[in-house]
Amino acid sequence: MSAIVLAILIVSAIGLFAGLVLAVASHFMSVPKNETEVRIRECLPGANCGACGFTGCDGYAKALAEVDGTKTNLCVPGADAVAKKIADVLGVEAEDVIEQVAFVRCSGDCINRKDRHIYEGIKSCAAAQMLYGGSGMCTYGCLGLGDCAKVCPQSAICIENGIAHVDTRKCVGCGLCAKTCPNHLIDLFPDVRQVVVCCSNKEKGAVVRAKCSSGCIGCGLCARNCEQGAVSVVNNLAVIDYDKCVNCGKCAEKCPVKVIKFADFSGSHRF
Amino acid sequence: METYKLLLKIIMTSVLVNNYVLNKFLGICPFLGVSKKIDQASGMGAAVIFVMLLATAATWPIQTYLLEPNGMGYLQTIVFILVIAALVQFVEIVLKKFLPSLHGSLGVYLPLITTNCAVLGVTINNITDGYNFLQSMVSSLGCGLGFLLAMVIFAGVRERMEEADPPKAFKGIPITLVAASIVSMAFYGFGGFVTSLFGE
Repeated sequence: MSAIVLAILIVSAIGLFAGLVLAVASHFMSVPKNETEVRIRECLPGANCGACGFTGCDGYAKALAEVDGTKTNLCVPGADAVAKKIADVLGVEAEDVIEQVAFVRCSGDCINRKDRHIYEGIKSCAAAQMLYGGSGMCTYGCLGLGDCAKVCPQSAICIENGIAHVDTRKCVGCGLCAKTCPNHLIDLFPDVRQVVVCCSNKEKGAVVRAKCSSGCIGCGLCARNCEQGAVSVVNNLAVIDYDKCVNCGKCAEKCPVKVIKFADFSGSHRF
Repeated sequence: METYKLLLKIIMTSVLVNNYVLNKFLGICPFLGVSKKIDQASGMGAAVIFVMLLATAATWPIQTYLLEPNGMGYLQTIVFILVIAALVQFVEIVLKKFLPSLHGSLGVYLPLITTNCAVLGVTINNITDGYNFLQSMVSSLGCGLGFLLAMVIFAGVRERMEEADPPKAFKGIPITLVAASIVSMAFYGFGGFVTSLFGE
């Protein structure tokens, strides 16, 4: 009996001693922390993803608190809500976080696209693509079997009429779909952009016409009508230079096959 | 002369033959977790050496002067865990206050080591091997050096592996584990080396 008591006594004495030493040490040797930094750190999501370009949430909070002019809109996962909170803490004007949204650069749905063969294998784009580049005549386009929808953590992608559509209100711009698509059709766009070329076919106009009624034929009307000189035709495909584009939408109006689409790509996190 | 020879034998044994990571498979978590870059790996290794020495310096007297005279040797594990955890926390507080630069470089690793089985393993093995205080300290130093060696070698292997292109099913952890087992097998080559060098 006494052995048990002694054992309990020894362990509790050591525990008590260690606890006391730690308590005293943390009281007398505490390092005062920058209060703004602590408050900013509480605003940040704590994912330590590094998207802000700092070593983690702690690093970003430190930079915001100590270095003047650090931007408040660098936290991409936290988006505008976090940027607003940080701005409140620092007492500066809140800035909009530029989120990214995914977009499928193909408009060859089952009405526009012509099929070459019927694919009855497993329901996976990667598998279908390996068999002669997919069942459609156009080997550049969306295969419509939804590999992107399967990986989307937000369930933002649905397959409609044999083509993938991204719901920009749900998309958070993680880019998983872009990595998965075997034809590399999905790209991430800053959500302030409104004109997108909805085709990826690089073949000559006549060939494209035979395969799909909504493929870019490389006619160059868009390039001639762009006042900013932002649109050009490279490899029979219209390309928009987003550094020059002002979202006027003239190219979309003039496009004879309507593959340049003009829409609001704003994500869910807008002010 | 005999003493030095014995100490040298202890170091050689604990670094090469009974390497904690590659032979006893203790401390695998940091071995796989922070061995992506050589500088991180050496930081972790240095922190482990530091904590192993401290822990041995604290636990050996407790075992010898407190537990054993009272016949409480069986409390070893639980008391050691308690002491090591408290010690690491205390060291962290002290470092933060007086040596912020060292805390900055060790900082992330110190709390990780608190519950590292390699540290607990060293302190307990020192007791079961019947070492005296000096021998225990030397053995801890050797084990820490062995850990550092394993970390640095493996970090080098992993940096090379980053550039290789294994089949998709092997990417990431699987190929890392395969590489770890090969490094571990390489260390088995040291098997009879200490006994033939120093005698039984």
